[in-house]
Amino acid sequence: MSNIKYILGSFGDPDEMMHGIEKLQENNIKIHDVYTPMPIHGIEAKLGVKRSRLDILAFFCGITGTMSAFALIYLTSVVDWKHNIGGKPALALPDFIPIMFEVTILFCAFSLVGAYYASTHLFPGRAPRVMDLRATDDRFIIAIDAKENAEHSKIDGLLKDAGALEIKHNERKYISYE
Amino acid sequence: MSGHKESILREPLITGNDITYAKITDDILMPVENKPNKAWWIGFILALCGATLWLVSVGYTFWFGIGAWGLNKTVGWAWDITGFVWWVGIGHAGTLISAVLLLFRQNWRNSINRSAEAMTIFAVICAATYVVSHMGRPWLAYWVLPLPNQFGSLWVNFNSPLVWDMFAISTYFSVSLLFWYTGLLPDIATIRDRATGLRRKIYSIFSFGWSGNVKTWQRFEAVSLILAGISTPLVLSVHTIVSMDFATSVIPGWHTTIFPPYFVAGAIFSGFAMVLTLLLVARKVLGLENYITMFHIESMNKIIILTGSIVGVAYITEFFIAWYSGSEYEQYAFINRSTGPYWWAYWMMMTCNVISPQLLWFKKIRTNIPATWILSIVVNIGMWFERFVIIVTSLHRDYIPSSWAMFYPTWVDVGVFVGSIGVFFTLFLLFLRVLPSIAIAEVKLLLKSASEQSKMEQIKEGHLDKEQVAEYVESLEKFDSVKQEEYAKI
Repeated sequence: MSNIKYILGSFGDPDEMMHGIEKLQENNIKIHDVYTPMPIHGIEAKLGVKRSRLDILAFFCGITGTMSAFALIYLTSVVDWKHNIGGKPALALPDFIPIMFEVTILFCAFSLVGAYYASTHLFPGRAPRVMDLRATDDRFIIAIDAKENAEHSKIDGLLKDAGALEIKHNERKYISYE
Repeated sequence: MSGHKESILREPLITGNDITYAKITDDILMPVENKPNKAWWIGFILALCGATLWLVSVGYTFWFGIGAWGLNKTVGWAWDITGFVWWVGIGHAGTLISAVLLLFRQNWRNSINRSAEAMTIFAVICAATYVVSHMGRPWLAYWVLPLPNQFGSLWVNFNSPLVWDMFAISTYFSVSLLFWYTGLLPDIATIRDRATGLRRKIYSIFSFGWSGNVKTWQRFEAVSLILAGISTPLVLSVHTIVSMDFATSVIPGWHTTIFPPYFVAGAIFSGFAMVLTLLLVARKVLGLENYITMFHIESMNKIIILTGSIVGVAYITEFFIAWYSGSEYEQYAFINRSTGPYWWAYWMMMTCNVISPQLLWFKKIRTNIPATWILSIVVNIGMWFERFVIIVTSLHRDYIPSSWAMFYPTWVDVGVFVGSIGVFFTLFLLFLRVLPSIAIAEVKLLLKSASEQSKMEQIKEGHLDKEQVAEYVESLEKFDSVKQEEYAKI
């Protein structure tokens, strides 16, 4: 048994990489993940990445912001300490709208980005889990778990046929820890 | 998707014949990965002198109070609020480019959004420092926040536009920062993976461990789109609320309902002018002509004519409404604006904002870099005068003629303003050194669909309509980064 953990197919062109994914999937080879320097549309459907629910979260957090702002203004300026401004009503709803709007956006944006960072494990100082250093530059990398897919030479052949410029057999999952 | 070819009628967004994904990375990271050149050092030292002047002037203001400024009992707001509104307005173009143009799928935003957003953040920083320093007792700046306190829990007045403004500006700044930084993550990861040693460690921390896998990218795009969707009304609300600082008062000349749209258009106008001022220099010095092309410059100039004309219509509408209102105080405020002691400021504003931008209707001027650069600076001067005219001329002749006064700036006023420009450029020049000035990942998206070389291939394949090709080749004539000989052969 070899020590190879991951097989990486390194492509120079996104269309060839997409072709590579199709070829591998036709042969029932499970793809671990794909690393690209830019977003590639249509790839998530192929790899079965589910639709993001971040939009739903953003909506509800935004609504929470609206209500929090209203609660803050109402409880301070209407309940706790009324200002008498020319005898006008304390519950001056039109005046409250700008702040309610701003706080809606604030809550929505922060919770959205916070949830995004949390769900994709992004935070300051996290050790980058990089399989190929050129995946953020000019290469489109398909990673295949070598332990789960035993037919290494067949995988190499498929990747080559699809147009991979380079095929790597990595004995470590991530090369970026040293 | 990436194999999808854009219509030949559209002008290319990336020029050059030897562009590859690797070359895009190399070109954009050139200033980040190499030592700065002489032009950068000259600019940086000048900017740093400005920033020092700012520190001295703001420090002086904090120490002696705002009596150090030229304000008097009649003119209680002058250069401070002028500077504040000017900077906030400049910031608006960044969000407009990154958010509104994303929603409208304008791909040309991809190569200018990063530096425009950086500009937004630095401009809002400059604006915020004005807000704090004009408070007089800046150490009590937290009083604008609705915090529980020991004055019987006396809360802030939520009916006041100044409190709305605090919420608007702080939301705007923090949301812009989030948007900008999230967009930066993949590019910081690119620098990280090319660097070694300490540099790699530092960029590694700031890259948040970005790996560029499928799920992260997919969510990244979802997040960008939602952030764009909420930033669009946000950016409109910010300058609307800034305009309400004036419009909700009862001062003739301020008390007008036209202010929100007029301020927003003015903000976009000045913001795009500042983007041009910065990028025309940056593209030359950093050698980014292939990415920030003549098409980008011309598009921005078109936005400047549009918003400049909206501002012009607003100026005329204000005059008409002042006459039509039948209110003699309102009428006097406007007659005084254009013919009173500040007539020169008014006509400076009119010339720089309404008359000179009309030159951009001429294609020769719109696609001429030195002319565009000069006009962009003229617009910024005009927009500064616009705020000065609105603020000072409306205040300087108040209700009792015995208290009529003029405003004369002191060296501290001038120092804070000139210094804030220094702070802005210091931050911007540092940004150019440590972070990619163009969104690398987003530009890579355009390579296969909208670059000159992909269009060239299409032409060579020869299945295109001849007339369309001729039109396309003709549109390339204005580009300074396109080699015309290549097309003569076809």
